[in-house]
Amino acid sequence: MTAGQAQAAIFDLDEAGRIVVAHLHLDGALLPILHALQERFGYVPADAVPLVADALNLSRAEVHGVLTFYHDFRRAPAGRHVLKICRAESCQAMGCESLVEHLAAEHGVTPGGVTADGRLTVETVYCLGNCALSPAAMLDGELIGRLERDGLDALVNAARGARP
Amino acid sequence: MTVVYIPRDAAALSVGAERVAKAIMAEAAIRGETITLVRTGTRGACWLEPLVEIDIGGVRHGYGPVTPADAPSLFDANFLSGGAHPLALGPVEALDWFAGQQRVTFARCGVIDPLSLAAYEAHGGLAGLRKALAIPSAEIVEAIKASGLRGRGGAGFPAGIKWATALAAESETKYVVCNADEGDSGTFADRMLMEGDPFSLIEGMIVAGLAVGASKGFVYIRSEYPHAFRAMAEAVAKAEDAGLLGPSVLGSGRAFAMELRLGAGAYICGEETSLLESLEGRRGQVRAKPPLPAIKGLFGQPTIVNNVLTLAAAPWILAHGPQAYAALGCGRSLGTLTVQLAGNVRRGGLVELPFGATLRRLIEEFGGGTATGRKLRAVQVGGPLGAYLPDSLLDTPLDYEALAAAGGMLGHGGVVVFDDTVDLAKQARFAMAFCAHESCGKCTPCRIGSQRGVEVIDRIVAGHERAANRAVLDDLLELMTDASLCALGGLTPLPVRSALAHFPEDFERPARGPTLRAAE
Ligand SMILES: Cc1cc2nc3c(=O)[nH]c(=O)nc-3n(C[C@H](O)[C@H](O)[C@H](O)COP(=O)(O)O)c2cc1C
Ligand code: SF4
Ligand code: FES
Repeated sequence: MTAGQAQAAIFDLDEAGRIVVAHLHLDGALLPILHALQERFGYVPADAVPLVADALNLSRAEVHGVLTFYHDFRRAPAGRHVLKICRAESCQAMGCESLVEHLAAEHGVTPGGVTADGRLTVETVYCLGNCALSPAAMLDGELIGRLERDGLDALVNAARGARP
Repeated sequence: MTVVYIPRDAAALSVGAERVAKAIMAEAAIRGETITLVRTGTRGACWLEPLVEIDIGGVRHGYGPVTPADAPSLFDANFLSGGAHPLALGPVEALDWFAGQQRVTFARCGVIDPLSLAAYEAHGGLAGLRKALAIPSAEIVEAIKASGLRGRGGAGFPAGIKWATALAAESETKYVVCNADEGDSGTFADRMLMEGDPFSLIEGMIVAGLAVGASKGFVYIRSEYPHAFRAMAEAVAKAEDAGLLGPSVLGSGRAFAMELRLGAGAYICGEETSLLESLEGRRGQVRAKPPLPAIKGLFGQPTIVNNVLTLAAAPWILAHGPQAYAALGCGRSLGTLTVQLAGNVRRGGLVELPFGATLRRLIEEFGGGTATGRKLRAVQVGGPLGAYLPDSLLDTPLDYEALAAAGGMLGHGGVVVFDDTVDLAKQARFAMAFCAHESCGKCTPCRIGSQRGVEVIDRIVAGHERAANRAVLDDLLELMTDASLCALGGLTPLPVRSALAHFPEDFERPARGPTLRAAE
């Protein structure tokens, strides 16, 4: 669901078609379809837009409009791992901005970007519902609380190094 | 055999609950101890997580916060019999932090296995639904009205009135929509309830369906909550298997089905009409009201949209009677409020109390002051659209009217504490930047005004024609307040105005370089 690209498959039009069809019975199927495509491929490829539009009887512009409205949907592949770092008020009160600065200074990556080796995408998120344990982050769908510099370094190094 | 309880709530997992559970089971195996491990939600004492509990003669004894490395010493100390250990807390419910609370909506959360329907029933679950099945719709609505229950999503609108409107609307098809978008920073109660007591939300949705004549419910859960989504999905599947959901709810012959939907990272989709647009598969743009969703909502049908906590309160009200609920709280804020203590606070977490406790009591008695040990300087109540309050306003009681009178709003009950390193000009700028980032784009005061707001605050901070720019900012705040279609544009001025009013010195310091760097 919000996992990184660890299990993402290479885009394949037939498979995308099957994913779309599997959701057509739903009322208001567009968001579930876009989520399912991103879950499978790690992003929503431009080639999938006409497919979705045809299946739902929408114009391509409408599908594109929805795709771009929501912050979750990516239109390009992400790094193999995705770190979402919370930058909302509670985490601000506990120093999340210094973690963001540290990421830039030590690991050369800013929110919205990916590390030079393409292994770790960093994204900003506004609240992960872990505000009593701020600062919070989420790595490939797993929540992390009371994040400190050392812990962040370990996460980044693991994501970029030994782990698949 | 000893029963050990360890949460699998996302917050507990975020500080190592899974590793602790594994370490304890591994250590038990080494020592030949047989224990039954029950995974629960969290009781909300995040500061004690991972909290490990042992049932000793029906009383739950706690140890926490536990790390995996503590496992051997816990066994050495004979913790399975409540033995002394530096992490021993004694009977958990006797701790001041819990004894000082009054758990109504969260009575089961952290106590039972969230996915055991049997445990749910044994702890009072389904009594409200059984009551609802035995009385006419109008009587359910009357009970909710009489309880004084107000919407917990932020606006505080009386739930009974909304339900009555939907009940009166003539239509074959009606919907119950649960707003589980919980976008406000500093809040996590909806998440904890969905993970820790999902059947209470399911029961509340069914009761709402019976009350208004709807047989289908949707839960719109934000995508930042994958754990909650999974917990709800498992609970819905169990409820279907048990005949709680489906064509004949508990054999009554009345149908109710539920479907879960995932948001996609848009704060505005917490606004009810934007949420409905999103559920229908469109951009989450706010709809003009009227028509009210209760008359013309999802797919054009009468729809009640309620927050997780509003819906989850309904079964309790039916089971215990509206008077029991209305007896809690004060003024026009009845029942209990779930405060979420967050930010720079020593003992953060979820505190459920009747409305009316002061902010100071919450922050000092429950929160134990700041986490950093520095002086408290500001508290933001009610999420990103809530006011920043100074120490001098901490004696404000937490109820809808008192907070409004203090220039703030209660919202979903989030309380975010800041110490004296906070820069309120930066926070005000962030409020504007957040509004610009999350604006649905429908109206100019919000879409463009918030961008101007960022620029003007930058100029003030940079020392450019401060008086003139301050006048521009004041005009802008007025325009946003008066001319925005929804509360995103309409309330963003609240944090900004409160920062200007209570912390003017932060806007008057000698210029600090060209621009401020803040989260965008
Ligand atoms: C910008 C904005 C964001 C909102 N976010 C939420 C939210 O995350 N959860 C919620 O329950 N209500 C939210 N609301 C309030 C809803 O519009 C609506 O009032 C609520 O879902 C009604 O349910 P209730 O009466 O049970 O509170 C938001 C409102 C606005 C204007
Ligand atoms: S105030 Fe902002 S979010 Fe609300 S309708 Fe207008 S543009 Fe959309
Ligand atoms: S503000 Fe960061 S987790 Fe809520």
